[in-house]
Amino acid sequence: MGMAGATGSSRDSADMAFVDGNELAGALGEIFAVDVTVARGRCAGCGRESAVAETVVYSRSPGLVARCPGCESVLLRVVRGRDRAWLDLRGVTCVEFSLPDTE
Amino acid sequence: MTDLALRRLTWRVATVLEVRPEGAEARTLVLDVPDWPGHRPGQHVDVRLTAEDGYTAQRSYSIASAADGSTVELTVQALADGEVSSYLVGIAEPGDRFELRGPVGGYFTWDPEDPSPVLLVGGGSGLVPLMSMIRVRAAEGSRVPFRLIYSTRDPQTAFYPGELLRRVRDDHGLDVTLVYTRAVPEGWPRPPGRLDARTLTEAGWPADFAPSCFVCGPTGFVEVVANLLVAAGHAPQRVKTERFGPSR
Amino acid sequence: MGVFTRGFAGRRRTDENLPPGQYLTEDFPVLSAGPTPRIDTGTWEFAIGTETGARHTWSWSQLMALPSEEPTVDLHCVTKWSKLGTRWRGVSLDVLLEDVESEGEFAVAHSYGGYTTNMPLADLTDGQAWIAFEYDGEPLDPEHGGPARLLVPHLYLWKSAKWVRGLTLSLDDEPGFWETAGYHNYGDPWREQRYWGD
Repeated sequence: MGMAGATGSSRDSADMAFVDGNELAGALGEIFAVDVTVARGRCAGCGRESAVAETVVYSRSPGLVARCPGCESVLLRVVRGRDRAWLDLRGVTCVEFSLPDTE
Repeated sequence: MTDLALRRLTWRVATVLEVRPEGAEARTLVLDVPDWPGHRPGQHVDVRLTAEDGYTAQRSYSIASAADGSTVELTVQALADGEVSSYLVGIAEPGDRFELRGPVGGYFTWDPEDPSPVLLVGGGSGLVPLMSMIRVRAAEGSRVPFRLIYSTRDPQTAFYPGELLRRVRDDHGLDVTLVYTRAVPEGWPRPPGRLDARTLTEAGWPADFAPSCFVCGPTGFVEVVANLLVAAGHAPQRVKTERFGPSR
Repeated sequence: MGVFTRGFAGRRRTDENLPPGQYLTEDFPVLSAGPTPRIDTGTWEFAIGTETGARHTWSWSQLMALPSEEPTVDLHCVTKWSKLGTRWRGVSLDVLLEDVESEGEFAVAHSYGGYTTNMPLADLTDGQAWIAFEYDGEPLDPEHGGPARLLVPHLYLWKSAKWVRGLTLSLDDEPGFWETAGYHNYGDPWREQRYWGD
């Protein structure tokens, strides 16, 4: 998926070993009935508000870890077992979801 | 357009209908996914392969096509050590089946109802979700002005070269600028080089046009381009990004 | 389960000598929950703290001055890959714990970057664990936890904390980063203890 020589590849590949919250859409889509990538959360560490899609996500991991794009502290973790999933949201103080307009 | 009803995702079965080579080590797979609910341009799917011994591997791929009944197209780049991509690009043939989950991702999507001009910046396989947006624009007969800046290694690795040329000619209001980072076609006015602030300015939209910007590709590429766009005055909330991970 | 995909074998294979549910791999996957810490050995420190507040510390040169071993061990990651016969060099926890007095039965390993993982102290002694600083004859790469990582191969690999900076011994068990998020508190691959309740 990546192209060597594309803009930015002079930075060490290991330093760029992250993606963004778009990666969480599938896993969280099994839990939530609404699109989570546009949900917004406030970091419990620094107070910065980000859309889930804007979080820094480490996906090559025993679980998905989303970190604050500002202070890097962990916002949420998702672990998928065989027939269970765990969602730890202790790193966010509140999450705002977009829902269909009821009017 | 697409069903926005509340619904949780489950895995569906996709059957390969057709395969077409793209670029140097990539392929478009045309899939039949019964009861596909449709998708918005820019969304992606999760693909899961299961071997006979039960071993599974799962990766995400952007949808390349505009919504079209039960047909979904993916364009997949083979990675040297990619166990899913090497299967999809090198082994899968019409009739083969695997599991698919989606569509997912409402953040990195273009809304055809939005009249804002659009800037698309794609690095390598990052072009794929942007191509979905270009194809939807044409299918809808949209007059929204689109500018695409596509960075690729050399002419052999470019995806959809003929289609992009044809669309610039026929779709009215689509501009495409190619940036070759390693080798250029004969007669190209510039030497190979990375996408820089100057090209973004010349080939993009001025910040005060308040375009919707979509940047997709390897993480390093997206980091640099997103920073350049914000430095050029684009509001951060108008710059949507999708990172594919480190380039190899 | 689901649909089998013709012609897909992945790069793994099964083996009778593996713990249940594991697949053999020839490469060495890099998994991480965050950015790779870059720690200079000049400032590196390893500390063992006890429930009394006592602290024992080692600088890099002090660690290098301790007797080390070259264990060859099998690695089992909870994400299902196993890598057999990996060669390391490290200082045994038995050496580091020799002068440490503690009533604590539990340990938490802390890493540069904030990662934590917990295990009974009894799982770190009697030749079961090392602070490892070489892999395959070379200095341990930062991607794989260098300059030094904990190595506790009889448990799933998430317990072998990369970029380790210390151990805290205490009377109470304190679940770590993955243990609080669904992963098993102990993590024995031979009993397939991957998740809570397994």
